[in-house]
Amino acid sequence: PGQSKAGSLPAAMKTGTTIVGLVYKDGVVLGADTRATGGSEVCDTNCEKIHYIAPNIYCCGAGTAADTEKTTELISSQMELLRMNMGGAQSRLATACTLLKRMLFRYQGQIGAALVLGGCDANGPHIYQIYPHGSTAKLPYTTMGSGSLAAMSVFETGWSEDMSEGDAVELVKRAILAGIFNDLGSGSNVDTCVIRTDGTVTTDRGAVKPNDVAPLRARINRSRLMTITPGTTAVLKTTFTPARAGVTLADVTVTAMET
Amino acid sequence: REKPPENCCMAPWSLLSNPPSADYRPYPATTTTPLDLARRAAAAFLFLLMSLSLAPGGASASRAPHPNAAAAAASAGNTRTTRPIVTGTSVLGIRYKDGVMLAADTLCSYGSMAKYKDARRLERVNPKTLIGGGGEYSDFQAIVELLRRNALEDKCTADSLYEEDGAEECAREVWNYLRAVMYNRRNKMNPLWNDLLVAGYGQNPDGTTGEPFLGSVDKIGTTFEDDVIATGFGAYLATPLLREKWRADLEEGEARALLEDCLRGLFYRDC
Repeated sequence: PGQSKAGSLPAAMKTGTTIVGLVYKDGVVLGADTRATGGSEVCDTNCEKIHYIAPNIYCCGAGTAADTEKTTELISSQMELLRMNMGGAQSRLATACTLLKRMLFRYQGQIGAALVLGGCDANGPHIYQIYPHGSTAKLPYTTMGSGSLAAMSVFETGWSEDMSEGDAVELVKRAILAGIFNDLGSGSNVDTCVIRTDGTVTTDRGAVKPNDVAPLRARINRSRLMTITPGTTAVLKTTFTPARAGVTLADVTVTAMET
Repeated sequence: REKPPENCCMAPWSLLSNPPSADYRPYPATTTTPLDLARRAAAAFLFLLMSLSLAPGGASASRAPHPNAAAAAASAGNTRTTRPIVTGTSVLGIRYKDGVMLAADTLCSYGSMAKYKDARRLERVNPKTLIGGGGEYSDFQAIVELLRRNALEDKCTADSLYEEDGAEECAREVWNYLRAVMYNRRNKMNPLWNDLLVAGYGQNPDGTTGEPFLGSVDKIGTTFEDDVIATGFGAYLATPLLREKWRADLEEGEARALLEDCLRGLFYRDC
């Protein structure tokens, strides 16, 4: 998807995104939009940008879609191996953050993954932001992607310490909607993920769907000719010939290949 | 006769016993050669165009004779604005129930230095119009001077003396005039490097004050009219908030609170 110039490689599919994360009283809330763009074309209207890392850790990804997907998958499997090696102890965010930043720095920014890592561990709820070159920041609230300024303006006027879950989720939805409607690289729906300090996780894919086209499509009056029900054409005769049973190598003629 | 407005510093031409010539420009005179005279004749012919472009050659030009298309660029080095030097950042505007409000900070930066901490970036140019400007501060000052000069000429020239009303330009007229000025300069590849917001009242055909008006003009002459506009970095940080919170029946206090919230966000996030 997305041709830049004739003869050169097609533009990588980018997520041109709005992703957010914030810490509230009993945990963290992550949010993301669902538009994936390749150049100025929308490739995927409903892609998933909140990736699983561990049962108590999720990661939103902006930048090159393949990079965010594969990087988070890689670190997720490394975390699982670590849990197995450490007798099942719960994963910590600092571990995931360090694994991600060390890998991204090694690639000197060539892996275009900008991530908002969030979750709850033994030390409480945390949000980290990780840039493609490997720098990290630990923050109470953060936004990334092309719609980050739109979302940050909502956060700066709405965030306060120790919010309730309802308020936090509402703020995250408003922030993503600001990105969806004011940034061309973001669009479609809002996905949210709430990770609580008591260990429960609620992922809501399609929490808000302001751009749903299904009702519009349903209103199109298509001619009855477009949908032909089975039985419209009368069946005159039916014959069934089974394939030859018991075919073996003896029935096959082998000819050497011309090299 | 009425006093000139308090911020005006230029005398009306009709009061001067020796009014300036048709090709007047506010630079010190240079010595006149026969070639210059020929150029001046050509320039006098182009006077209307000159007045639209604010000053011949532009506010940032070096002090050289009339920029004839053939002569100017070659001899005096670069006489076009290619980058802003002292800059202001965003200006925010909102149209509410009974009026229109602009907001801006008072910083003018010199690259990465906070050079002028108390600069006026919102100026009233005539009884019905307010303009706010980001970008190159000297160009903004020149534009304000030009618009005030126009307002003064409206007030003091023969036309206005015999009419009761309707001589003042309304905000929409100022906005359209600025579009012409900015686009004209852009076509000469010597822009006035500004993002302007024009706010005020329009004018009804019968001369009475019309509806509140808010419009923007940018350095290449693009114009846009809307209920909420933010220029510069504010377009990314303030526009989402303004669009979310705007209603047609906003009171003045609510509008002000909304603009203040946006400016606070810009203070946090705009270097």
